[in-house]
Amino acid sequence: MQQLNQVCFRTLHFDQPWTLENYRKVGGYKVLEQILGDKTRQEDIIEQIKNSALRGRGGAGFPTGLKWSFMPRKMPGAKYIVCNSDEGEPGTCKDRDIMRYNPHQLIEGMIIAGYTIGAEAGYNYIRGEFYEPIERFEQALVEAREAGYLGKNILGSGFNFELHTHPGAGAYICGEETALLESLEGKKGQPRYKPPFPAGYGLYGRPTTINNTETLASVPVILQHGADWFHELGTPNNGGQKIFCMTGHVNKPGNYEVPLGMPFAELLELAGGVREGHQLKAVIPGGSSTPVVPADVMMQTEMSYDGIGKAGSMLGAGSVIVMDDSTCMVKALERIAYFYYEESCGQCTPCREGTGWLYRVINRIENGQGQQEDLDRLIDVAENINGNTICALGDAAAAPVISFIKHFREEFQYHIDHGCCMVEQDEPQGLRQYG
Amino acid sequence: MVNIEIDGIPLKVDSSRMIIQAADEAGIDIPRFCYHKKLSIAANCRMCLVEVDKSRKALPACATPVTEGMKVFTHSKVAIQAQRGVMEFLLINHPLDCPICDQGGECELQDLSLGYGKGISRFSEGKRVVKDKNIGPLIQTEMTRCIHCTRCVRFGTEIAGIKELGATGRGEHMEIGTYVEHSLASELSGNIIDLCPVGALTSKPFRYKARAWEMQAHPSIAPHDAVGSSIELHVRGNEVMRVVPRDNESVNETWISDRDRFSYLGLKHTDRADKPMIKQDGVWQETDWQTALEHTVNGLKTVQAKNGQDQLLGLMSPTATLEEGYLFQKWLRGLGTQHIDHRLRLQSVDDAGEAYWQNALTMADIEDCDSVLLIGSNIRSEAPMVGHRIRQAALNGALINEINFLKRDLLMPVQRQWSVNSDTLLQMLKGIAVALMKLEPAANGEWQHYLSDIRPGSSEQNIAMQLANATAPILVVGALANQHPQAATIRALANLICTMSQGELLVLPEANSRALHLANVLPAKPNSESATGYWQQKKRALVLFDVEPEFDSADPATASAAMQQAGFVVAINRFWSDSIRDHADVILPLAAFAETSGTFIGLDGQWQSFTGAVAPRGDSRPGWKILRVLGNLSNVPDFDYVASTDIRDEIADSLTADKQTQNAHFIPVEPDTFAEKSADHLELISDVAMYRTDSLLRRSEALQLTPENQQALIARMHPDTAEKMDLADAERLQISQGECVLEVALLLDKDIAQGCLYLPGATQNSRELGAAFGLVTVSPVEALADA
Repeated sequence: MQQLNQVCFRTLHFDQPWTLENYRKVGGYKVLEQILGDKTRQEDIIEQIKNSALRGRGGAGFPTGLKWSFMPRKMPGAKYIVCNSDEGEPGTCKDRDIMRYNPHQLIEGMIIAGYTIGAEAGYNYIRGEFYEPIERFEQALVEAREAGYLGKNILGSGFNFELHTHPGAGAYICGEETALLESLEGKKGQPRYKPPFPAGYGLYGRPTTINNTETLASVPVILQHGADWFHELGTPNNGGQKIFCMTGHVNKPGNYEVPLGMPFAELLELAGGVREGHQLKAVIPGGSSTPVVPADVMMQTEMSYDGIGKAGSMLGAGSVIVMDDSTCMVKALERIAYFYYEESCGQCTPCREGTGWLYRVINRIENGQGQQEDLDRLIDVAENINGNTICALGDAAAAPVISFIKHFREEFQYHIDHGCCMVEQDEPQGLRQYG
Repeated sequence: MVNIEIDGIPLKVDSSRMIIQAADEAGIDIPRFCYHKKLSIAANCRMCLVEVDKSRKALPACATPVTEGMKVFTHSKVAIQAQRGVMEFLLINHPLDCPICDQGGECELQDLSLGYGKGISRFSEGKRVVKDKNIGPLIQTEMTRCIHCTRCVRFGTEIAGIKELGATGRGEHMEIGTYVEHSLASELSGNIIDLCPVGALTSKPFRYKARAWEMQAHPSIAPHDAVGSSIELHVRGNEVMRVVPRDNESVNETWISDRDRFSYLGLKHTDRADKPMIKQDGVWQETDWQTALEHTVNGLKTVQAKNGQDQLLGLMSPTATLEEGYLFQKWLRGLGTQHIDHRLRLQSVDDAGEAYWQNALTMADIEDCDSVLLIGSNIRSEAPMVGHRIRQAALNGALINEINFLKRDLLMPVQRQWSVNSDTLLQMLKGIAVALMKLEPAANGEWQHYLSDIRPGSSEQNIAMQLANATAPILVVGALANQHPQAATIRALANLICTMSQGELLVLPEANSRALHLANVLPAKPNSESATGYWQQKKRALVLFDVEPEFDSADPATASAAMQQAGFVVAINRFWSDSIRDHADVILPLAAFAETSGTFIGLDGQWQSFTGAVAPRGDSRPGWKILRVLGNLSNVPDFDYVASTDIRDEIADSLTADKQTQNAHFIPVEPDTFAEKSADHLELISDVAMYRTDSLLRRSEALQLTPENQQALIARMHPDTAEKMDLADAERLQISQGECVLEVALLLDKDIAQGCLYLPGATQNSRELGAAFGLVTVSPVEALADA
């Protein structure tokens, strides 16, 4: 088996992996020094990132090199690089650990990104609940600044770059890139309508690139070892290693940085397999907003953007939620629907009104009040949300509903017909109302 | 230009257009709620989703730019499915209380639900309920009905310039409201009533008064400021039920001020004079028109015979129509007097013949300017729509400077605001003029003497540079400056600055005063005589046309005294007021705005004629008819008008016949003399409170209840000035001006010029005092011992 932890977790074997000293031991900041020393052409960096087949690690999987190439680098005036560390997707916990254990690699990645796109200021928008990661990142900023990697005229190169931390205030929607920009500007976190895209009109109306934490932290490694090396870690068009957050009914939940393209079965084994005496029932492979995949399909799936796509779902942020046969799919969906109902920003109609409707109907079914027409109605409402909203939160709320009912309709039907659950569960079911 | 196709119809459209704009221009209907042509695009209601060729999902027509070869389908299966879906979502939490909703019958949600909604709802869960907010006396909220389109929020940010409304809460819990409950302060707030597509924001005074389909719309012109906004009067039976804006891109776009919207409430105030009455032996008696009119003519002639013809004084409100003005002066001149005026609040008229009084500026000129110097103008209250256009200019990069006696938040990006006393204001204007002369040494030799000792400071040089560098600068001289005792000098200096910087000067007219100038409602010597002077002369016979002397004069104390001593007072007025009741001898009830026809000339110089929408209240009569009969009874020749249009034609003909522009030229010669100021005197600065400018506004109950209006009763002073006068802790103040004494609440306000006391005019308080910009002494009023 290939070696794990080659990219974002490459300092993990040290005692205190987050220090500058330890980061330097793996070659940290060497790439930055070289780029600034050689005045590497921005086009060349973008070309390398393109060749590495690095795809956005935040969920959408958009090719990073292509995104960087959209920036009007030569345009005068301020431009910004923004790191999205809001990490709000249920099931995701990877960016947190990158900032906890390897903050310098993120900083180096952001400085290189800033250099490449012509930005002199960067912001790391960090989920507000991440107290420890925020402190670690701030501490690393102090170290980097003292070492001369931040500030004016970095390493005598004439390049200025300053990096700021911005803690969010606990809204899932602020992980959506344009809502994040609004929040960063001090406004209510609500997505903007696109176009215009952030590359043309971003933070404070200036050209802005927004990348996920893991994406940016991958950059120094790619440039250190070469695009081909990185690409070959994964599969064609799915370059590199990727952190998968294994949660749910596994024996060893946690973050696993593995090559893209690894079979799910292998990944499951890494995480210790499902609990003793239970069978795998279903997997949500990319965070709560991606469609659920039944066990038999999942066991045949490769963990890559394209592989999971073929299985009818999405790799998303790599948050793998594993469910064994003790899971009531109605209850699971109710919990997910409640999340989107609570986290809808309220800006556009289908999501604001539809998420509440979906949750209430599923809640009724879960509590034995289901009606025969409810399942068709749920699908219909979800489809009316899907694709009709400003941002992807509407789609995220609709996808689980459609996929859960598609794959586990008989469980829902049983709930409606019998007013109770067909699954024998570990803990007693009570009437529970969220909110 | 790009070629697109909507529903199979090929169109050539500007490439800057969104699909919805292209469709609107082509008359293709796309349903919408959040989109509004004057507001930024929000794309949040999703009602305008349409199918676009090559797009896998439906796209919002309001936010999708047209591109070459684009094919749009507004009624395809995909589009209809998306639109119906959105409509269902909008309705699930809407209370559907149309039978008790004021918006019923003119509700965009109701209208569109007919086309896109279902007969029966599939939603069987509980509906959302939202607590109402109290946002003041003008706007009623019913927030459960809100569909969160954010038009009102965007209006505040983008048009009014004041972020009073916003969205709090997330998802289904999102609510529109003022973050902390308070009354809206914007002078344009009423526009959100029109913008709200549902019944969440409705007119509070109009609540439960009428249904949309019961009313008839009459086009008219708003008479309260010099903009002359296009409005629509909604009339049921013989009553004006409400006023809404009428689209007129060249004047008010699609907005109107709260003043224009809610003044109609005064029409049926209990003060309204609805019968001709005469006072006999000190007692008011009802009578018929014939008797009242004869009594009027005989009374005036008797006084004139006894005391001389020139003892007759006629004063007219600047809100009167062109026709009323023309007949008023024609009749009075026929009676042998030249003492006629409508410039009721001016104290300085030496420059009356200057051409700049007639400068016509279109609203587009204002919006397109690139530099503005506001001089003594509270523009947001004087002419809210002008303020709005200046704000748009500022947002487009125009540099705004203001020299005034007080600073008010202009709600726009401003270079600098100075709040200074009269001396400094004049010094600054002179400084700017001199700085410009240095740039242009040859100019204006005739001013050399007057400006010989002036050394411009850096502020003045900065303003001069900005004006000189601008391609289209505008100077606005507003009411505070125009009502100043040195106003002629201020205006002449402003004109000089304007000439040298090749800009436009806007001496902001009051209401319809442009028309009354044309109609010659002026003394024979308009640059030496004026209403203010006439009041001091205490004329024996008075004819008032919609004038309430205690409110409508520069010096209320003198005007009130003159009323008392007059031998015969005729009030052609709409309302009873204290001074009319006490001192008039005849009241001829006058038809109000909305009840009469006439012509309005705003600051753009355009003649806007309108007709009456309702019959005059009670026995009141349109002004032109009253004046015509008075002319007839007084045997003044050529008074045979059948309709108000005859009068207008006569005026128009006389203007083309002899262009009698009495171009005088005013240059101040002597150094300015100010009354000697001692340390314990303050300068009383005063403009007219926004909702007190004319008799009708003063009777609009809702406007009188606004916080803006309440604040007009409070005197304001700079904290440093208060400190110097040992008033820092005073809550109430006694103001003495000559023999006048007034007790008012005091507010310390660092935006007031030092050494000044600000008290808005035309209020119950200010009527107790003398002339604005006079000197006053103040002393603290001891707080009453607690009982």
